[in-house]
Amino acid sequence: MQTVISVTNLSKHFKDAVAVDDLSFAVYRGDIYGFLGQNGAGKSTTIRMLLSLIRPTSGRIELFGMNLRTHRLDILTQVGAIIEKPDTYKYLTAFENISLFANMSGVKIPKKRLMEKLELVDLAERANSRVKTFSQGMKQRLGIAIALVHDPGLLILDEPTNGLDPQGIADMRNLILDLSRNHQKTILVSSHLLSEIEVMANRMMIIDKGKKVIEGQVSNLLDGTNMIVELQTTEADKTFQVLENSKWKSYLRSRQNGKFIFEMDKIQIPALNKDLVEQGIGVLHLQPRHSLEDYFLSITTSPHVEAAAN
Amino acid sequence: MWKLLQIELFKIFRKPRTYISFGAIAAIIILIQLGLKFDGRSYLELLMGDISASFEVPYDKVLNGYFVAFVILNALLIHVPLLVALVAGDSVAGEANMGTLRLLITKPITRTQLLLVKYAATVIYTVMLLAWMAILALLMSILFFGTNDILIARNDVMEQIEKADILWRYMAAFGFAAVALSTVAALAFLLSVFADNSIGPIVATMCIVIVFTILSELKIPMYDKTVKPYLFTSHMLAWKGFFYSRMGPDNSVIRGSIENLPAIGRSFWILIGYIVAFLGTAIISFKRKDILS
Repeated sequence: MQTVISVTNLSKHFKDAVAVDDLSFAVYRGDIYGFLGQNGAGKSTTIRMLLSLIRPTSGRIELFGMNLRTHRLDILTQVGAIIEKPDTYKYLTAFENISLFANMSGVKIPKKRLMEKLELVDLAERANSRVKTFSQGMKQRLGIAIALVHDPGLLILDEPTNGLDPQGIADMRNLILDLSRNHQKTILVSSHLLSEIEVMANRMMIIDKGKKVIEGQVSNLLDGTNMIVELQTTEADKTFQVLENSKWKSYLRSRQNGKFIFEMDKIQIPALNKDLVEQGIGVLHLQPRHSLEDYFLSITTSPHVEAAAN
Repeated sequence: MWKLLQIELFKIFRKPRTYISFGAIAAIIILIQLGLKFDGRSYLELLMGDISASFEVPYDKVLNGYFVAFVILNALLIHVPLLVALVAGDSVAGEANMGTLRLLITKPITRTQLLLVKYAATVIYTVMLLAWMAILALLMSILFFGTNDILIARNDVMEQIEKADILWRYMAAFGFAAVALSTVAALAFLLSVFADNSIGPIVATMCIVIVFTILSELKIPMYDKTVKPYLFTSHMLAWKGFFYSRMGPDNSVIRGSIENLPAIGRSFWILIGYIVAFLGTAIISFKRKDILS
């Protein structure tokens, strides 16, 4: 499996605020990788770092096996992106916009291919209309066409369904699936809606307060037998040491707000409890959650969630 | 780079705001020309003051195209920087405001390239604005008023420059004005890098130019050596030097001469220095900037 995005120990601090905290993840060729988190979780900051809009405080970013810091231009020729709103020049037509950004991409693209991109997003008939006359959905689709214009291998889409009506959301979702299946694009798509990621992505990560909470195959994470299990003990540090030196390490996904989060079959819960008690650790709370959605809601609706500190 | 420059120029000249400056210049020039066409004599009488009492002024000859162009340039070149700031101040901040800056940065071009191309496009716009001014102020005035010798009022003395000795001085003055206005463009450009909305840099540039111009024009001796030499606005009006000639033994203007060419040259290089400093600071800041717009 070819790694398209490799992020290692990435952090970004804005003065005293930590926007992204020691984040590591990988996206493989052909993935639709869902990047899930509530507003302010650090998704956009991470995406902006992937696109060299923001300089990381620390950490390493590699795309297509190249270091972003040293091979920025080579990398960006292979990346198309929408960052938050896909803003374009409103006083220009759709065709002028796509043509302008195509020219900036460093490759010569014939007019016919530009029109094909507009056709792909169903905007060919409005090619000569000024963007200021477009609906939000049309602007969003034009943003996708611009992101695709130089035929990049990787698409990075930051909240591409934001501001769209239900039909627009469905159209965008179908377009992303089509780009993956029929145009062999690797796609990183961020959202604050699990339902959206669930129907599009094959792999996903949840980020909260700049930290990775959980990552994996969407099918596994949403599988009823693979449960999210929360553990709280009397001695968090000792618990962590015990877990690190046991088979439970492979099930441990994160340490959040004094709680340990595992991904495991619920049948293993008694054994975990037994091992901890045998090590002299008092178990205060050991709760399986029904689904990832349940868990996601619990972290995104709680006002008191604190960043985990390993 | 050439392709990128074409793109920047395309964006500038497709924006309706760009043409406000061209329209404003055309309006003011035509109004001055009409005013002088129908009431030029009264204007000249006011200008000549006491001279007209002791000397018979040939008003018909004095009121020629070259003179009208000189009047227009004097009136306009102080205010054109404000029009230049409209486009230069919008250059980066306008993109940030529209949300297109983040899209530009994700394209395979360096931030330095992007800024250099944007500044080059702004300078081209400035030169085109000056060319427009030259066409309207010089060519149209020559068409409407004809040509003759020009009288330049200076230190209560009127200097007469022959008509055959004038056109090159205008060309040189316009060339110098292009450098002076490019300095204002560089300042607006620098301020534009720090803003996410074009109003801020445009207004800030206007304020700096107005304050510096007032300081440059103040007749307070203490400021002559301490403040004025360091203000770029003090050097922006050096274009007038091309119309000041050396005088011969018979007190007539020596044809093709310039009274103080080294002073004009010094002002030119000081303005170039300001451009390099403004642009360099803009590039360094922009390279380090997190794009959050």
